[in-house]
Amino acid sequence: MGILDYLLKKNKPASSASVAKERLQIIVAHERSTRGQPDYLPLMQQEILEVIRKYVDIEQDQVSVQLDTADDCSVLELNITLPERK
Amino acid sequence: MAKIIVVTSGKGGVGKTTSSAAISTGLALRGHKTVVIDFDVGLRNLDLIMGCERRVVYDFVNVINKEANLKQALIKDKRTEGLYILPASQTRDKEALTHEGVEAVLNELAEDFDYIICDSPAGIEQGAQMALYFAEEAIVVTNPEVSSVRDSDRILGILQSKSRLAEQGKSVKEHLLLTRYNPARVASAEMLSVADVEEILAIPLLGVIPESEAVLKASNQGAPVILDEESEAGQAYSDAVARLLGEDVEHRFLEQQKKGFLQRLLGGK
Repeated sequence: MGILDYLLKKNKPASSASVAKERLQIIVAHERSTRGQPDYLPLMQQEILEVIRKYVDIEQDQVSVQLDTADDCSVLELNITLPERK
Repeated sequence: MAKIIVVTSGKGGVGKTTSSAAISTGLALRGHKTVVIDFDVGLRNLDLIMGCERRVVYDFVNVINKEANLKQALIKDKRTEGLYILPASQTRDKEALTHEGVEAVLNELAEDFDYIICDSPAGIEQGAQMALYFAEEAIVVTNPEVSSVRDSDRILGILQSKSRLAEQGKSVKEHLLLTRYNPARVASAEMLSVADVEEILAIPLLGVIPESEAVLKASNQGAPVILDEESEAGQAYSDAVARLLGEDVEHRFLEQQKKGFLQRLLGGK
């Protein structure tokens, strides 16, 4: 190995700049999607989760709350993934 | 009627004040009567970068509170004709700026000046929001580094929702100014490239200022770096000012400079 790897440029870790770009693209896209949402949304999401948890055992990432605004109409979409029945 | 331009970034230490000083000087050098306002109440620094710190008598907050008039507070730049500085208050907090007060000062300045440059404080709090609220154009100063790019995107969101133009259903004209750019590190893939940052932020590029020793030298001396015509940073700022005025100027200093044989032999920089 060694020389061959070097020549074939195998096992070469991604450059730090490309890692930075990839991480930025993901976080920026995420933050843009939540931009302009009302401030109460995260708290409301937390409370909805707690109500559901009273009855069903679910994790944080199994509930998604999305607010879409088009013209003068806003749609609040609530998506809950229920666990399989044992 | 003056054009109001905010120099902003979200993150601190990326070069807002250096850029405000350079760009306002550049505009004045080209014959446009320009005033540059320090919005960083409590942490005034534009006066130091412009080299007029010992001539500050009254400040922005004094004018808003009508403790002094604009004529008394404006400092005429000694180097550049047609350039004035309105310093921030060093003693108060950012709450001292009110929408009504700032608007009244800007309206009075607009009668007399071609350009009003607002040097924003770091952050996204009241001071930063006040600096950008009345702007028609925004220069977003960004370093090719993850936290700076993310914060720039954040401030773009604020420009698009909380500025006066946004409230009127219009939009602020956005410009990307990439500072502290190091072409050698970009070439070795250790630093985000201009293209990377442009792709992520998706706003038009105003200029790229290479990382340069001239910037520290300029701030040591209190002379905006654009006056150092020998330096790459100074030339890059001049190009950016030309583009701001609508000229089509090719970008320079994006590539690593190849060292000549003699330069290498002599160990020159």
